[in-house]
Amino acid sequence: MAEAVIEAKGLVKKYGELEAVRGIDLQVAPGEIFGFLGPNGAGKSTTISMLCTLLSPTAGTARVAGIDVVHDPARVRQKIGLVFQDPSLDDQLTGRENLEFHAFIYSVPAEVRRARIDQMLELLQLTDRASSQVRTYSGGMKRRLEIARGMLHEPQILFLDEPTLGLDPQTRRNIWTHLNDLRSRTGITIFMTTHYMDEAEYCDRIAIIDRGQIVALGTPDQLKAMVGGDVVTMTSTQLDAAAEEIEKSFRVTPTRVDGTLRMEVPDGKKFVPRLVRELTVPVDTISLRRPSLDDVFLKLTGRAIRDEEAGDRDRMRQMASRWMGRRR
Amino acid sequence: MSVETATKPMAADLTIPVDTRAASLRAIYIIWYRDILRYWRDRWRLVASLAQPLLFLIVFGSGLSSSLGSGTLFGARGGLSYIQFMYPGIIGMSILFTAIFGAMSIVWDREFGFLKEVLVAPIDRWAVAVGKALGGTTQAMIQGLILLVLAPFVGVKLSVLTVLAIIPLAAVLAFGLASFGVMLASMMKSLQGFQVVMNFLMMPMFFLSGALFPLTGLPGWMTVLTRLDPASYGIDPLRRVVLSDSGLSSAVVDRLGLTINGHVLPIPLEVGVMLAFGVVLLGIAVVMFQRRD
Ligand SMILES: Nc1ncnc2c1ncn2[C@@H]1O[C@H](COP(=O)(O)OP(=O)(O)OP(=O)(O)O)[C@@H](O)[C@H]1O
Ligand SMILES: [Mg+2]
Repeated sequence: MAEAVIEAKGLVKKYGELEAVRGIDLQVAPGEIFGFLGPNGAGKSTTISMLCTLLSPTAGTARVAGIDVVHDPARVRQKIGLVFQDPSLDDQLTGRENLEFHAFIYSVPAEVRRARIDQMLELLQLTDRASSQVRTYSGGMKRRLEIARGMLHEPQILFLDEPTLGLDPQTRRNIWTHLNDLRSRTGITIFMTTHYMDEAEYCDRIAIIDRGQIVALGTPDQLKAMVGGDVVTMTSTQLDAAAEEIEKSFRVTPTRVDGTLRMEVPDGKKFVPRLVRELTVPVDTISLRRPSLDDVFLKLTGRAIRDEEAGDRDRMRQMASRWMGRRR
Repeated sequence: MSVETATKPMAADLTIPVDTRAASLRAIYIIWYRDILRYWRDRWRLVASLAQPLLFLIVFGSGLSSSLGSGTLFGARGGLSYIQFMYPGIIGMSILFTAIFGAMSIVWDREFGFLKEVLVAPIDRWAVAVGKALGGTTQAMIQGLILLVLAPFVGVKLSVLTVLAIIPLAAVLAFGLASFGVMLASMMKSLQGFQVVMNFLMMPMFFLSGALFPLTGLPGWMTVLTRLDPASYGIDPLRRVVLSDSGLSSAVVDRLGLTINGHVLPIPLEVGVMLAFGVVLLGIAVVMFQRRD
């Protein structure tokens, strides 16, 4: 790989007994969109905090823009933009004032300050609300403002911790359009965490992280290739019998996931008709699809990356903190 | 993927720590400015914080004045009424609470996430502590000086010169207490400790400061506590200057003033104590802020 712009070696973070990050190695090339995918508590935010010099690693080293995060945090901070997982705006100030504050603490030159702020507001479609207090913004507008702020000082690397969590699909799509656009115009490197599978697909490369360790790293296609071919899911009133028979006569080992049988087969289009024809146990439903990153995670860890419940919990947490933020 | 993008901005002098001093000065300014902006925007808080001193003046002032019978303290000739005595104390109270609360807004910033935005910026941590202390100082000064408009109503005369002398004294008191607030905030990780700070630090600090009663002729233990209260050293000079135009003999003022071992403290010494207190506490706050994690 070309000279890495983010490089971590054996990064470890312990919170007392708890080892939140357990030896992370990764390299991100300039101009790359690199995704960090993993379930709640996997250590995504902790890793970002170390790379952004907000936490010091218990062990290991990391270089961001070629600078050691432990030895010269101030220089690292000049090169990066950061959008936190949790809200971090001053909602008593207007959108523009939040950006002005940022421009000052990041030493954006006075001559370009105003133009740069206008440009960012424009880019994230916030111009007409720029002089309203942030507490009157919707969740999606607040998030867009945070992204605008993260990019305001033209960082070399942008860190985004769950930038689209809790946003509606349209806003998520918009934000992705902006990010892609930004990357193609400025060549910025983007390091982001997410647990939306569909979002991870937009990344050039993805690291799948579980319990503080990277379990797989590669392009979305490479990762999906780890799952053998296609994914077939079926339901039946006699799952156990079905599983047993499939194992015996089709030489495929199905796994039980939420009352379904799930199997990976090299050629799904041929397998499904055969299964329906030859299986003596009655089949209720059957489906065939290309492997997703969720399947990769499932294969590597034996667990689904996120069930619906956890998704809801996140949304509630997000809402709770937005609401709290409004009470000031 | 081009190599240039990554390597271009890196100068050869990576061993020299980056100079963040200029950026830190800008940061102090904008942190201060944000506090002032929020202060002006929050009109209700402004009104509410004026209501409290007024309430004190009316209730205590008229209530205690009448129960003290003659309405004068120590039968002081030249007739110093309790309300006149209390008036500078109430200015001090306003400054005390505004300064500490203003500076402690860091705890709110931490709670609501905004502090992270400041802490990840390429500035020195001391700038955050200093900016917040100055923000609290300014708010408290405004809050205290606004109360000067009440002077005619409580029978206190003020000349222009007196007002000019009050401003730096108010600033010193405000700075000392704002630094105290920043230090408290630097040690608090959440809003949980706030009630404790309020009840066990700020209230005693206020009651023992000489804002409401003269610090003379108190029981021994209380005399010690009042002299340990830094606010005493800020409120006493304020009182002397505020009352200086009201035609009181200096003997009367001295008798009501802060003494140590019976010696009246000169105003410059009191100012020095207050400033030293502020600088030391701000120093502690800076050290606390510089710790990562
Ligand atoms: N300040 C802290 N003190 C103690 N434990 C912590 C702290 N911060 C995080 N942890 C723990 O470290 C682990 C990793 O947390 P982290 O926030 O990095 O996860 P994450 O991958 O970002 O999860 P999510 O998807 O929920 O954001 C979790 O078990 C969490 O409880
Ligand atoms: Mg996280």
